[in-house]
Amino acid sequence: MFRYYLKLGWFSIRKNPILSALMVAAIAIGIGACMTIINVDYVMSGNPIPHRSDVLYHVQVDSWSPNDAYEDPDLPPEQVTYMDGYALWDAGKARRQTLSYKTGRVIQPQDQGVRPFELESRATTGDFFTMFDPPFLFGGGWDESADRGEEPVVVISREINDQVFGGEDSTGRSLVMNGQPYRVTGVLDTWEPMPKFFDVNNGPFEAVEGVYFPLSVAIANELSSWGNTSCWKPAEGGWEGRLASECIWLQLWVELHGESEKQEYMAFLDAYAESQKAAGRFARPVNNRLNNVMEWMEDREVVAEDVNVLLGLAVLFLVVCLLNTIGLLLAKVARRTGDISLRRALGASRSAVFSQYIVEAGMIGVAGGVLGVGMTWLGLQGIRGLYGELDFIARLVAMDWPIIFLAIGLAIVSALAAALYPTWRACRVHPASQLKAL
Amino acid sequence: MEIGPIWRALMRNKASYVLIALQIAVTMAIMVNAINIIQERATQMARPSGVDEENIFYLSSYIFDPDADFEAAIAADLMAIRNFPGVRNAILSNSVPLLGGGWSEGITLEPDPDMDSTGVAVFFSDENGIDTFGLNLLAGRNFEPTEVNWHDFDSNAWPPLTIMTRAMVEELWPDEPYENALGKTVYVHDTKPVTIVGITERMQAAWNSWSGVERSMLVPVLRGTSASRYVIRAEPGYRDEVMPQIEEMLLASRDDRIVNSMRTMEETRQRSYFEDASMVKLLVFVVAILTAITGLGIVGLASFSVARRTKQIGTRRALGATRPAILRYFMLENFLISTVGVVGGAAVAIAINMWMVEAFGLQRIAWYLIPAAMATLWLVGQVAVFGPARRATMVSPALATRSV
Repeated sequence: MFRYYLKLGWFSIRKNPILSALMVAAIAIGIGACMTIINVDYVMSGNPIPHRSDVLYHVQVDSWSPNDAYEDPDLPPEQVTYMDGYALWDAGKARRQTLSYKTGRVIQPQDQGVRPFELESRATTGDFFTMFDPPFLFGGGWDESADRGEEPVVVISREINDQVFGGEDSTGRSLVMNGQPYRVTGVLDTWEPMPKFFDVNNGPFEAVEGVYFPLSVAIANELSSWGNTSCWKPAEGGWEGRLASECIWLQLWVELHGESEKQEYMAFLDAYAESQKAAGRFARPVNNRLNNVMEWMEDREVVAEDVNVLLGLAVLFLVVCLLNTIGLLLAKVARRTGDISLRRALGASRSAVFSQYIVEAGMIGVAGGVLGVGMTWLGLQGIRGLYGELDFIARLVAMDWPIIFLAIGLAIVSALAAALYPTWRACRVHPASQLKAL
Repeated sequence: MEIGPIWRALMRNKASYVLIALQIAVTMAIMVNAINIIQERATQMARPSGVDEENIFYLSSYIFDPDADFEAAIAADLMAIRNFPGVRNAILSNSVPLLGGGWSEGITLEPDPDMDSTGVAVFFSDENGIDTFGLNLLAGRNFEPTEVNWHDFDSNAWPPLTIMTRAMVEELWPDEPYENALGKTVYVHDTKPVTIVGITERMQAAWNSWSGVERSMLVPVLRGTSASRYVIRAEPGYRDEVMPQIEEMLLASRDDRIVNSMRTMEETRQRSYFEDASMVKLLVFVVAILTAITGLGIVGLASFSVARRTKQIGTRRALGATRPAILRYFMLENFLISTVGVVGGAAVAIAINMWMVEAFGLQRIAWYLIPAAMATLWLVGQVAVFGPARRATMVSPALATRSV
């Protein structure tokens, strides 16, 4: 019977080509608009590190001013001071801990023809590479002895390796930054975590840094932060003053497995806060936080507000398109009461009539869905054209299979939902009343 | 009029008309709220920054030899840039309006750490700042060359003078005329006294979405560090010509220098409002497509309605109804449906707006948007129905006799 209904549906669609095209187009446009925004939202709110997001915790301790909370309602600062960050890293109470900040370095290629260039870099402790698991092309990161020994080692991105070393395995070679030679320990492969979860302070969708070197080296060279620095109390003079200040500018992450380790670490943080209180700091009530990756992304609201507004509008947009389809289907059924009555009079049951029209609506849904995927692609190209200047957009507008299936599925479900009422009306046609008029 | 019979006829076959009315209602709700967002963004983007946007550009010079004499290098650079043909003036500063990154401080009226402070954007400048930015000094005076000093902020000192924007002094003393602020002393970091010597009409901060974007202050400070930002005002018409020349001159003067982030103020404005401008484009597109779909829906439904009533139309024509009467029937029918739609739409639009005010802090809709959207959708409906209605008038009276 199903194949017979497919055939009937096809005849019916061919009989009203313009109307059918209108319905398919309405569904396709609605799906296209909706899926374009859903896709952007999906990528923005995606998990940047799915295999480790549950064991990585962002650490916050409330070192802020006695007078005001860092952020209402009574939230602790989103970064840590050097004093707290270093003390917590140094204590080593978690399985692993990464303390890092964004800064800048001037790369001086040995090749005399190439002018030196400035680059965003990350000063970090060595656990960065084991915790955040960036893919290595050559070599690897560094261990704690390099952190403690202020060893000038560096991990560089694939791009920088191509630029400075012509893409060869450069591990063990020397990279000159600001006049100082650094030994390359590893080269990263292309790495594009979306969002850049380990530091969302300066645009959560920025590209990751191009070089990574030990925090201790950056501190010894007095490299100031290129990211946000906030102070509730002015720093005392000089670099030493900056390090001993209440200014927050570093990000601290720890790796903890399971609830008991988390509880234990939390207890450690609370004890640390109490010890600082005893030393005359931490004037606010103890308010420490541990958030895993996805909790932290949620907390920081990395998905832009505009995207949420657009998502709401896109859903309403789809509703309009569906209302359109329902109206047109109703009109179609109203015109076909004669046919329906005839089938019913010849013995077709209500459920048979229902199946026939639902199959027809399903066909329109599939067509709308397929076309809708095309529309989504067009929509994403449009977004790329519009936002092309921002380099992360290219990554935002990539379509993957789940999204394509979701688009087709949504189209079919929408078309069926739209068809329910008209089809129900079709089944209720009284054969006798209509046949009279034939 | 024929409204009575048309309405009764509509009521006999409600479902499809209710749907089209619903569609009109949702379309209107989206339209009104989208236009509301567009208006809000457009108002924000239209705010002047207070500086001479047409002729200003800036660049960063980074001297990476840690042992270089930064102060001497900067003094030499400023001299060379100011004397460059086509350049009107130049200063060393930390930021420019709308840049996105800058320096902010809290100002208090008393040296008391428990007092609430007012946030302000800080721009470093010398006596050429007013001329370089093209600011309009409303009251007081400019800095004297002798008041501008090399300053190390790590030393925790703070220059004792400032020129503030009118918006800033009005925020500090809301009940007084702004001129009264001249000569008054306020405090930075709760402790460092700063005296207001001048008041400018306007200079926006670096962050366009900050509620205090109009609150800025100039401080007479030169900072000798490895990274310096030069803000340069070209003579009218010379900006594009001078930009690459200055870059080349700076690069040629030192081997240990990198010049980057060279941008015009116009570009800075575009970048600053980039997301807003894109949102406006997207929303305009959404509203246009949506209106088109609703229009097409009306065309589709009206065509059906005409086709279904061919016999009825024929009968009416045979009984003496003129063509204009038939046309009027369908136009009026559509008008009635649209009216139900736009009245419902007004309610939905206001409800959505109330929610958006709550959830996203959006502004309330301007009252005139509702009648304007109503009129637009009425018009769209009438245009959409015109084609099918005209076809209805072509139905020959003979049809009525033929198949009944």
